[in-house]
Amino acid sequence: MVGLRIALPLAMRRPTRLVQRNMLVYRHSFMVIFSGFFEPLFYLLSMGFGVGALIGDVALGDGRSVPYAVFVAPALLASSAMNGAIYETSNNFFGKLKYAKLYDAIIATPMSLQDVARGEVLWALMRGSLYSIGFLGVVGLLSLVGLGLISSPLAWLAFPSATVVGYAFAGAGMAATTFVRKWRDFDFLQLAIMPMFLFSGTFYPIDAYPAAVQTFVQLTPLYRGVHLIRAFTTGSLDATLLIDLVYLIAMGTVGLAITSRRLGKLLLA
Amino acid sequence: MSETSSASQPQIHARGLTKRFGSFTAVDGIDFDVAPGEAFGFLGPNGAGKTSAMRMIGTVSPVTAGELTIFGLDPARHGARIRSRLGVVPQADTLDNELSVLENLLIYGRYFDLSWAESRRRATELLEFVQLTERANDQVEPLSGGMKRRLVIARALINEPSLLLLDEPTTGLDPQARHLLWDRLYRLKQRGVTLCLTTHYMDEAEQLCDRLVVMDRAKIVAEGSPRELIDRYVTREVLELRFHRPEGETDDSAVLGKKLEGLAERIEQLPDRVLVYATDGEAAAAAAYERGLRPASVLVRRSSLEDVFLRLTGRSLAE
Amino acid sequence: MSFARRSVLGLRLGRPGAIASRRSLRILEHDLLVFRRGWYSYLLSGLSQPFLFLVAMGIGLGLYVNRNASALGGVPYLDYIAPALLVTQAMMAAAFESAWPIMGKIHWQKTYHAALNTPLTALDLLAGDLMWIAFRATLLSVLFLAVIVVLGAAASPLVVLAVPIAVLTAMAFAAPIMAFTATRTGDSGFNALFRFGITPLFLFSGTFFPIEKLPLFLQPVAWLTPLYHGVAAARSLALGQIELVGLSVHIAVLVAVAGAGLFAARITFRRRLEV
Repeated sequence: MVGLRIALPLAMRRPTRLVQRNMLVYRHSFMVIFSGFFEPLFYLLSMGFGVGALIGDVALGDGRSVPYAVFVAPALLASSAMNGAIYETSNNFFGKLKYAKLYDAIIATPMSLQDVARGEVLWALMRGSLYSIGFLGVVGLLSLVGLGLISSPLAWLAFPSATVVGYAFAGAGMAATTFVRKWRDFDFLQLAIMPMFLFSGTFYPIDAYPAAVQTFVQLTPLYRGVHLIRAFTTGSLDATLLIDLVYLIAMGTVGLAITSRRLGKLLLA
Repeated sequence: MSETSSASQPQIHARGLTKRFGSFTAVDGIDFDVAPGEAFGFLGPNGAGKTSAMRMIGTVSPVTAGELTIFGLDPARHGARIRSRLGVVPQADTLDNELSVLENLLIYGRYFDLSWAESRRRATELLEFVQLTERANDQVEPLSGGMKRRLVIARALINEPSLLLLDEPTTGLDPQARHLLWDRLYRLKQRGVTLCLTTHYMDEAEQLCDRLVVMDRAKIVAEGSPRELIDRYVTREVLELRFHRPEGETDDSAVLGKKLEGLAERIEQLPDRVLVYATDGEAAAAAAYERGLRPASVLVRRSSLEDVFLRLTGRSLAE
Repeated sequence: MSFARRSVLGLRLGRPGAIASRRSLRILEHDLLVFRRGWYSYLLSGLSQPFLFLVAMGIGLGLYVNRNASALGGVPYLDYIAPALLVTQAMMAAAFESAWPIMGKIHWQKTYHAALNTPLTALDLLAGDLMWIAFRATLLSVLFLAVIVVLGAAASPLVVLAVPIAVLTAMAFAAPIMAFTATRTGDSGFNALFRFGITPLFLFSGTFFPIEKLPLFLQPVAWLTPLYHGVAAARSLALGQIELVGLSVHIAVLVAVAGAGLFAARITFRRRLEV
């Protein structure tokens, strides 16, 4: 932290104050954070190995066939990054914004609305990164005992990729939350998240769909995230990864910008 | 900092300050200045525009029209710089319920760019100041209203502000808690902190404010020290008469008014009592008896800001 | 008023001795009143998740599973998971309903405390809200059954009997979780309960793949979980592959767990609310 304090200008340091606040909160309830690490693992074991045993091999886009677990693992990492970011920026963010009045207290200090938005996104990313590291750690361990889930030396790039996926959904999730009026509205957010989780080439290749549906699915952010991470873990790289990156980074950045503007409307009346 | 170099420069300076929400005008062209070290108050009923004015001063609400500077700075351009020297005690407790008492102060210090060590040093001192040292590691939720309010004040002082904004600091507190709070605010004033507060309690305004403005319907209707306002708008004493009205009897206020006519320079008939403004309350009471009036209760008291407000607006402050 | 002391849930479960008075129906009425506003949102969020899982897994992933004809003894994957999802959605709804909303009534909004100022007792509250959860589980299950039939995922007409199995499974979760909720003062325990209890059960109780595919040491663990028995019973009915002894065992386990949960909840509710 000391190094950080010297190196970063104030505009980048202030968001970290909010991260520190969140760390103080979770210091007492570490279990809440820690337990989030298991959900993607349970899915990996259930889907990858349990259902995987029913399926056998699945064809990748580049013509190779891989065991189902290898196919599904990167998708679960991307979904976990999405879910983590959405969880933190939907219910948690809404509670702090509307009920705890946390940001009303913060804007009375030199912290700006951008600082608030960036701080919360940074926090969501840090939390998500913890899960990504844990997930990849387990994937690595499984590889050590012979259950290889990784088929590329570039697999470590799955970690920064998961962070990019988290960034995209954290920015967009926060922006969406600023429009939410009551808790029940989050049901509609779930109606967008759940289909993405299930249909974005996560659990099976999208070539099963008609062409028009395929095109539509390819436009969804989770598909791009899964595509990006799967490319690194399976080693089938091509130029379309740039589309994934640009798409996801733009989504997060636009989301952040909208959030700052909306926070201004909500808090500075 | 250059903007504080001149001691005579007002901490807050407002001319024609206006705040509109759509077609509703919350603050309608008010003028006032707050000098360094002064305790300045906005007195008025709920909805008079006090909170809107405070939020503009706190730079969390854009000015619709008019001129406003805080420490000689423009809130629209120098919000963060102004806020770094401001302490804010909002009407609703915006404490962080997920943190302990001490952590609330620590992290708030961080928002003001204090180091952890400095934040801790000040937090410890401030907890002492607001008498919450024993509760340092407790959660915020179970604290009493008075304790929470004291914690909010401690939080507002973490950046050693030169100007403290307090929006209805003692609303909803019991008398004991109010007096403790007034004592702490008085000490701050002694230390040279400028206080700017809103209240709808005249006793609070009388206790704390060197100077105040009375607000009604978005406008300032009077300005001065509490004593000046009382001298200017009301008499030295007030005689309060209550009449026992048998159930079901028709309103006899007209009859009563006739009987009271000329008793004093001003008479105010309220639903539950009659206020007689007189220099000598005892004499006025005796005169009333002479006229054959038999009130159920008689009270002679010193006049207060409540009377000023009633005089200026025709309505009482407390609803 | 000995009349009012007549048992409702006690009768229903065939147990001697009153567990709650008829007044518990007042709680049900209250919940119904609340439910009249926002029922569409409840059904939408309650049904959308199992429906989407059914389509994604049963039809989408099913394409890949069905290639391997030997995997499930020739049963199409959609038919295989449909009854399982019917039971798991009832479990999920019941688990949720007996956690956060009950905590709200006990601790946050203290609705129960207001109710206790009337002639209602803690056991009335327990019975009323259990009935309420059973009602909602029934409603969701019937609607989900309709979805299954429309998708042609039911091999046997006996699938109708999967609904009572789903509701019984819901009770086997609701009763013990309500017992647990009454011992808590915040929702921090629910997080762990769902992450380490409900989610793994959803994933490993034979919902998506036979428990025979689990590592050998985990299979006995699955037998101990009520969800496994609910899923197995519902699946045997839906596929028309009924084996009476097995079915009886499944139902007996569910009844036992629900009964034990109810017993525990009676104790914790009284301890928490009648002080």
